[in-house]
Amino acid sequence: MMNPMLRWWPVFLRNLLVWRKLAIPSLVGNIAEPLMWLVAFGYGLGALVGSVPLDGKQVPYILFLASGSICMSAMNAATFEALYSAFSRMHVQKTWDSIMNAPVALRDVLLAEMLWAAFKSLFSVTAILGVMLALDISRSPMLLLVLPILLLAGITFSCLALIFNALAKGYDFFTYYFTLFLTPMMFLSGVFFPRDNLPVVLQHVSAWLPLTQAVELVRPLFMGRWPADALLHLVVLALYALVAWSVALALTKRRFRG
Amino acid sequence: MPAAFLACHNLVKRYGETTVVNDLSFAIHPGECLGVIGPNGAGKTTTLRMCLGLSTPDSGRVEAFGLRMPADAHAIKAQLGVVTQFDSLDPDFTCAENLMVFGRYFGMKTADIRARIPGLLEFAALSHKADAKPGQLSGGMRRRLSLARALVNDPRLLLLDEPTTGLDPQARHLMWERLQQLMQQGKSILLTTHFMDEAERLCDRLLVIDHGRKIAEGTPRDLIAQHLEPDVVEVYGGDAVALSSGPLRAMASRVEVSGETVFFYTQDAAPLMQALAHDHSVRSLHRPANLEDLFLKMTGRQIREEA
Repeated sequence: MMNPMLRWWPVFLRNLLVWRKLAIPSLVGNIAEPLMWLVAFGYGLGALVGSVPLDGKQVPYILFLASGSICMSAMNAATFEALYSAFSRMHVQKTWDSIMNAPVALRDVLLAEMLWAAFKSLFSVTAILGVMLALDISRSPMLLLVLPILLLAGITFSCLALIFNALAKGYDFFTYYFTLFLTPMMFLSGVFFPRDNLPVVLQHVSAWLPLTQAVELVRPLFMGRWPADALLHLVVLALYALVAWSVALALTKRRFRG
Repeated sequence: MPAAFLACHNLVKRYGETTVVNDLSFAIHPGECLGVIGPNGAGKTTTLRMCLGLSTPDSGRVEAFGLRMPADAHAIKAQLGVVTQFDSLDPDFTCAENLMVFGRYFGMKTADIRARIPGLLEFAALSHKADAKPGQLSGGMRRRLSLARALVNDPRLLLLDEPTTGLDPQARHLMWERLQQLMQQGKSILLTTHFMDEAERLCDRLLVIDHGRKIAEGTPRDLIAQHLEPDVVEVYGGDAVALSSGPLRAMASRVEVSGETVFFYTQDAAPLMQALAHDHSVRSLHRPANLEDLFLKMTGRQIREEA
């Protein structure tokens, strides 16, 4: 018999083995798009903007954007995997059903999907960070800390996406999540411009968004500084993950009890 | 009789106002093939899901191998093999990889699974397709791969939900052959099916369910003998329906009309056949009563809403 703590592992491994077959096109998709944003906005818009004020200092726009957009990439990669790909496996291919005919519980399958989406997001983010290093956007040794932080962000966004996965009747449903949650969050979390430029009401909302926590943690590391209120941001991000996980698990169980 | 491999006691399952499974009890004994037959929506698949712990009964309990579901779900499922009604093979993996990946869900070691794969593929008549993906296989091949996958953990009991639905006769016969082979190896099988010839051929014992209730249980032969007259004469064409209320009616113990066909159920078909020999306006067919007659008698001829 298997170690009960590790029942999720063969499911995670299954996803890894499928992905290995499609890794190159998947990687191109995951890296090319964020880099296009970076080049188009960072260099194009950056030439107009010049620099951005941050904590009383002027920061080149490309550096400002890179440090924010890598968080956005972590969010998008985890979300896509935990929505579209997980939904395909759960609903379209009935992969989850066949797995649960073996001694693997729904909770283990969901945990595997969550960790898998977070892993894929970490993989994309690592590759993007490599390209940013090659472009000489930042050389701070503190960039190493970006990866564990974005792993946590990946976990948080996987858990959030799995809530919508559990509620979905079809792929169309995910449009709501993107349009009503992710796109506004992308603009409110200080990825493209400083949050101080927002109206005061939105600044208050923005302060508690999960993507904001990631940006507030990651951006200073790009500048070679420790983030302010690091513990608070980590705790908020982790709380989002825990609550979202519980909700996703409960809703997924309800879906499968039918 | 030895202890049952799997036993369901007074299972009840409701969805809202509808009772899908209603006080259902049955058991499968070692080495036995139990067939569950019933119209669409009779509760067959729901019952299987409760046996697997995937659905929780509103009351009643499921026991298997001396363990309780769902508390011991993992220990029970380690000894089960399942083939679901719809193929759920991994489309991105080859046949061999499908078996490998599935074996890992049971906690089997890679080397142990690898050692079993050639035998399983051979059993499924898929040795030449080891590197093909499910999308490249025919329906029959996919079902046999599903069966091989269900055998990866060398289970003691197989739960098969309509294993031959949608297959052509050749593929169906090959499937039957394989299931008989498994029974010879001492595996127990719980099978749901819509095909009465399949049930008659494979099953030691049958459970007829309708509206979630057990309406009959026994060997195929006993059930037919208990509930039906031995002979059936089907009459159709011309004005066959008029015969059902004519003088021929007295020659049968029971008469059913379905569309343009009249079914005469009788202890002795000879007088009836003799009488019909002179009537050239209709066509007739004399045959022994079978499981399909039993099924239709018990569950009615009308089409189910779910069908």
